[in-house]
Amino acid sequence: MSHTTLPVFRQRGLPWLLLLPQLTVTLLFFIWPAGQAVWQSFWMEDAFGLSTEFVGFDNYRQLLTDPAYYRSLWTTLIFSAGVTLLSMGLSLLLAAMADQVVRGARFYRNLLIWPYAVAPAIAGVLWLFLFHPTVGVLAYLLDCLGIDWNHFLRGDQALLLVVIAAAWKQISYNFLFFLAGLQAIPASLHEAAAIDGAGPLRRFYSITFPLLSPTTFFLLVVNLVYAFFDTFGIIHAVTQGGPGDTTTTLVYKVYRDGFIGLDLGGSAAQSVLLMLLVGALTVVQFRFIERKVQY
Amino acid sequence: MVENRRAVTLISHLILWFGVLLVLFPIWIAFVASSHSSEALLSGTVPLWPGDRLLLNYRQIFLGGGQSTLGVPLLRMLFNSLVMALGIAFGKILISVLAAYAVVFFRFRLRMLCFWLIFVTLMLPVEVRILPTFQVVADLGLLNSYTGLTLPLIASATATFLLRQFYLTLPPELLEAARVDGAGPIRFLFDILLPLSRTNLAALFVILFIYGWNQYLWPLLITTDESYYTIVMGVQRLLAVGDNEVQWNIVMPTTLLAMLPPVGVVLIMQRLFIKGLIETEK
Repeated sequence: MSHTTLPVFRQRGLPWLLLLPQLTVTLLFFIWPAGQAVWQSFWMEDAFGLSTEFVGFDNYRQLLTDPAYYRSLWTTLIFSAGVTLLSMGLSLLLAAMADQVVRGARFYRNLLIWPYAVAPAIAGVLWLFLFHPTVGVLAYLLDCLGIDWNHFLRGDQALLLVVIAAAWKQISYNFLFFLAGLQAIPASLHEAAAIDGAGPLRRFYSITFPLLSPTTFFLLVVNLVYAFFDTFGIIHAVTQGGPGDTTTTLVYKVYRDGFIGLDLGGSAAQSVLLMLLVGALTVVQFRFIERKVQY
Repeated sequence: MVENRRAVTLISHLILWFGVLLVLFPIWIAFVASSHSSEALLSGTVPLWPGDRLLLNYRQIFLGGGQSTLGVPLLRMLFNSLVMALGIAFGKILISVLAAYAVVFFRFRLRMLCFWLIFVTLMLPVEVRILPTFQVVADLGLLNSYTGLTLPLIASATATFLLRQFYLTLPPELLEAARVDGAGPIRFLFDILLPLSRTNLAALFVILFIYGWNQYLWPLLITTDESYYTIVMGVQRLLAVGDNEVQWNIVMPTTLLAMLPPVGVVLIMQRLFIKGLIETEK
């Protein structure tokens, strides 16, 4: 922030006028509600919503001793790991191939980047249709292979379905960043290694992968944030957190407990814990970016 | 390189084609489904090739009628989504241009505090503070309104940061020269800064349009009046039919229409899209 070299204007009132719109919206719709969430997390409403009582850390205590919360945490971890691994693995493979081909790289890129623009809920509906037990093409195919697919009844299959839908949507994003990272690696390194007798796989593990690690790490954080927070639409449209609570991720649980369960205090406490989590992830992301600048 | 380039290239192309098919497959099936009758889809044999009901299905979703459509015309939902996408894109760009300008080109008391207030919103996505944000919007009487749909979403800090980063790369001589020529802050903003940031703003617009069009949770919460439904949540409403059969021949064309505008924007403004995507994450 210390850009002392940059000359500046000296007006006093004008900057406030310029900042006014952003500050107003920020205070009204971000800071105030976040403060409310912290405040509400210390209160509990009775069963009829008639009176509220200050309960200190009781909401947190209740949350942290509730097996359902840990189930949801576990679900979130499995879901995020699944989405991140599947999507990044496929994207890296495709980007490595697109980096190889001399002709048609642009053509492939054009065909691979657009799922980024598909809304999560819409991606969910597309895959729901493919795996629908009565009308789905893939469910039919699995049936022919002797696999009984019904994600409305089986939790593990429901989780797999939302992982696939979420990973599919994220392929384009990862592909673009991996491709940019790969293209930044000088070809001379590969040529030197090839002359020394290293095959394509060896070159990938010994040269490409280490040099790609900043990109990989950056994408890891972005994908985790995506899986944690941006996939609400997929889960809501496809499984509604079910069957049971097998696909209830932490974010979905905030919604479910708050809007359907009407447990204000409990939902607020969950919100606060999630904010701490985003805060931690943001710090990690920024630390990394500082390093990348020196790179 | 030393290996047999032919074989390597062939394998690369095969794998890339597999990727392309994987990405396109759900769309193809959705398109096929949008050209069959409901009975054909439910009969058990899954069609992989388009049928003859394409125009009929699209006519039905546009004209409505039948028990399978919502109480709101499709065009109305598309219009609402457009209002939301444009409102969020223009709103965010407007307030970010001004705020980033103030933070970079002025020195005033509490400047750092303002900076951090804006910065901290990065850590507060809608999803984690839905209930209190909903209450604020309800208290302001903004449920079921376009203001309620757009205003709470325009303040996130990403756009402000992108512009701040860009402003900081400008040579200091620019401001000196403008000052020597007698330009004040407003003149500098409109005559120099904005023209220089034209491509950045366009790239930002592409990303924000997609972001706005694809909003789901927020419209779901604050619209109970059907005439404010957006197309993305409309698709979910078509699926939520309880124990009745889902009308897939209606759902699938609606789904395709819901994704057409943002996908079209990406494909048409590809260069700007890639620029925007890579810069917003820097």
